[in-house]
Amino acid sequence: MADARPKRRTWEVVSERLIEFAIRVCGISAVLFVFGIFFFVFREGAPFLFGGLNLGQFLFSTEWYPTSHSNVRYGVGALIVGTFSVTALAMAIAVPFGLGAAIFVSEFCGKRTRESLKIIIELLAAIPSVVWGFIGISVMNPLIQDVFHAPVGLNVLNGAILLALMSVPIMVSIGEDALKAVPDTYREAALALGATRWQTVYRVLLPAAKSGLLAAVLLGVGRAVGETMAVLMATGHAVNIPKSLFDPVRTLTATIAAELGEASVGSDHYRVLFIIGILLFTITFIVNLSADLVVRGIRRRN
Amino acid sequence: MRTKLISTLLIGIASIGIAFVSCKKKEEAPAPGSAAPPPPPAAAKKETVQNIGSDTMVNLAQAWAEEYAKIDPNVSVEVSGGGSGVGIAALINGTADVANASRKLEPEEVEKAKAAHGGKEPQEFMVGYDGLAIYVHKANPLEEITMEDLGEIYREGGKTEKWAQVGVKSIPGAKDGNIIRVSRQNNSGTYHYFRETVVGKKSDFKSGSMDMNGSKEVVELVAKTPGAIGYAGLGYATGEVKILKVSKKKGEPAIKPANATVLDKTYPISRPMFMYTPGEPSPGVKKYLEWIMTDAGQKIVEQSGYVPLAKK
Amino acid sequence: MFGETPHTRRRKLTERVAQVVFGLMALALVVPLLTILFHLVKEALPLLSWEFLTTNPAGGMRRGGIWSALLGTIYLVVVSLAISAPIGVLAAVYLNEYAKESWLTRIINLAVVNLAGVPSIVHALFGLGAFVLFAHIGRSILAASLTLAIMTLPVIIASTKEALSAVPLSFREACWNVGATRWQTIRRIVLPNSVSGILTGVILQVSRTAGETAPIMFTGAVFFKKIGEGNPFAYGLLDQCMALSMHLYTVTTQVTEAPRALPYAIAVVLLGTVLLVNALSIGVRVYLRSRKKW
Repeated sequence: MADARPKRRTWEVVSERLIEFAIRVCGISAVLFVFGIFFFVFREGAPFLFGGLNLGQFLFSTEWYPTSHSNVRYGVGALIVGTFSVTALAMAIAVPFGLGAAIFVSEFCGKRTRESLKIIIELLAAIPSVVWGFIGISVMNPLIQDVFHAPVGLNVLNGAILLALMSVPIMVSIGEDALKAVPDTYREAALALGATRWQTVYRVLLPAAKSGLLAAVLLGVGRAVGETMAVLMATGHAVNIPKSLFDPVRTLTATIAAELGEASVGSDHYRVLFIIGILLFTITFIVNLSADLVVRGIRRRN
Repeated sequence: MRTKLISTLLIGIASIGIAFVSCKKKEEAPAPGSAAPPPPPAAAKKETVQNIGSDTMVNLAQAWAEEYAKIDPNVSVEVSGGGSGVGIAALINGTADVANASRKLEPEEVEKAKAAHGGKEPQEFMVGYDGLAIYVHKANPLEEITMEDLGEIYREGGKTEKWAQVGVKSIPGAKDGNIIRVSRQNNSGTYHYFRETVVGKKSDFKSGSMDMNGSKEVVELVAKTPGAIGYAGLGYATGEVKILKVSKKKGEPAIKPANATVLDKTYPISRPMFMYTPGEPSPGVKKYLEWIMTDAGQKIVEQSGYVPLAKK
Repeated sequence: MFGETPHTRRRKLTERVAQVVFGLMALALVVPLLTILFHLVKEALPLLSWEFLTTNPAGGMRRGGIWSALLGTIYLVVVSLAISAPIGVLAAVYLNEYAKESWLTRIINLAVVNLAGVPSIVHALFGLGAFVLFAHIGRSILAASLTLAIMTLPVIIASTKEALSAVPLSFREACWNVGATRWQTIRRIVLPNSVSGILTGVILQVSRTAGETAPIMFTGAVFFKKIGEGNPFAYGLLDQCMALSMHLYTVTTQVTEAPRALPYAIAVVLLGTVLLVNALSIGVRVYLRSRKKW
């Protein structure tokens, strides 16, 4: 039998080819952009990175004096500690509450409470970071001074509380996914053995969902490290190694945001800020990579 | 069916978008002489002036821009803050027509600006003065301070860390005796000026001060923090903070910052405010700058809490 | 035989305690959120009105409204989504419909995840380096929107992929059986059936774009700019603009003697818009899901 397929109009064929080409291009766009970001940030920072920056001093010195007239020093040590301390405290607050809420939503509450809780958590996630910063300045600042009798209200604690409230939604949603991913057979088996819900959670579900919960925490960390506006407004912005929760600090992100406008394009200060950007990009890359590997690990298992 | 609808909608929106963008662009280009009815002379060409820079001056620049819009609606002044450093950087980059600075241009900056604009030197216009006030919490019993003490508090290596060292035994509400230093970020002209005058040009600030983004934040923070001390323009004073009198040396009389003491230089920490243009300003910008230096413009300086130029 | 023993009593007690503790933890998130929202709205009330939304800031931002900032935010959202939505959807189509599982897809997935995790200030650096300087677009709505588009791209790709994979394989197989090409299948069957998921993803990004400050600070947002009131076409693509998020930041940190309610009012408008859009996306999702044919 001769070819019985209807002939397609050339226009149709051509347009289809064009669209498929566009689709392919868009497909690799994400890769292009990630490389693009790294490339452009690196490009602006590289000349100084390889042309004069004392890397040891950069990473470990706590003296940050980019605009000094007498003794220019680019030490981000205190900034790294600032980012680290705020993130660590934020995680210390967010992990128990986030995982606790995830366990509650997944195992302990009724359908209607679950729906309303989920809506509230989505609301929490939608609040923009500049609004959180504003809340930090206007609400948390006096609150911390009153409740804790702290000398200053813009400090590590303030920033950490804000970051915790910002990262909790991610942790709850991914944590809940991780717990839901544990097959019901586990729960049924525990029930058959006479376990209460708490015992099921503690002895069966948590160990089983361990990697998913870890991924949730890692993603929360990634979010916290990368946060800019809220910490810019609420941590007191002091180049300082904090000796207590109530000391003001400055983070890497806030430093870039505060100083980028002034540095004239091409100057050493400008390039150092981009180098800090490279540092941030690397940190979040590693954190998100590990989180993704962990998440993929659980998905494959199911 | 639905995707056809959506795609036609998108194409429609896209073409409308392109249409009005190109229309906008045409509007901004000056009408060539022969085109449609010639616009009345002295006229319809709208000029936008990018005014970027000092935070100290930003509210003042804003007030000027608004007032001037009433006088010459064809000139639209767009104001941005960010700090004197930001303004100067923008001047060098070419993104600012007028840069506000609460300090003089450094020689390197002049060189960079010349290089970026084909050898033209940036023009300097002095538009007023600003007294830099030292603020403390209202409940702080301290009334005056010397320049040396200020230096020891703020300078890297300075020995003064506690209020007791400047004679303040206790501040009601302060939780410990530490002096909480409030400062500005290093893109601020105020920061640079303070470093030059109080800390010492060859030295740097002590690490650990709370470096605020704007003068307003400095005053607000000091108002809420009993153990704090901070510096910011006189124009940012509110009823919630106390201003200290400053003496040049121990034993000399301490002067309160005010218009008179700033103009006759008895108050030691005051500085002129500048506006810079890259080379000779365009006629529209020149008229604006000249207006600023007239009585009308200077009245706004005074209303905003700054010190107007001495009347000639 | 099944009577209560001290052993079971203790287990019941720990069960109760656990329930209460976890419930409290969940509550600990809800209560601060609601109190903060309530406080914000209460403080903002004196200033909220229709005039507030449609007049320009005046008197050094101390009086007047937020029209220029509101319009600027709308422009940024529309332009950036107009760029990222088509690219994101097509990218997800590629990943889900065309690509075979290979090293390339794994790299792309990795790239998407990493793009999602890039800090907003690094996006700002990128926008500055690539669009403002390298491409010579200068600080403008266009540069800022491009930066925002790249920020929202990964989430649109991820949610579109989920929506596409929810369409059963049998639908596609039916098309192939009658001789449709891949693109025809996608265009006529797969895409229309995943519209709800795609729309949800896109709408959610509206709130994210409206709220971001760092990426626009150096690529196109300004402290103050006077535009025509009530004119929805007042900005051009190459103009700089004001934006709600930036406005909140500048009013909080730089504008003195502002009425106490002003930053609260801006925050409430911003939050209100964001929450409204989120609610809209939930509504769209529910409506379209109810019309699903399977």
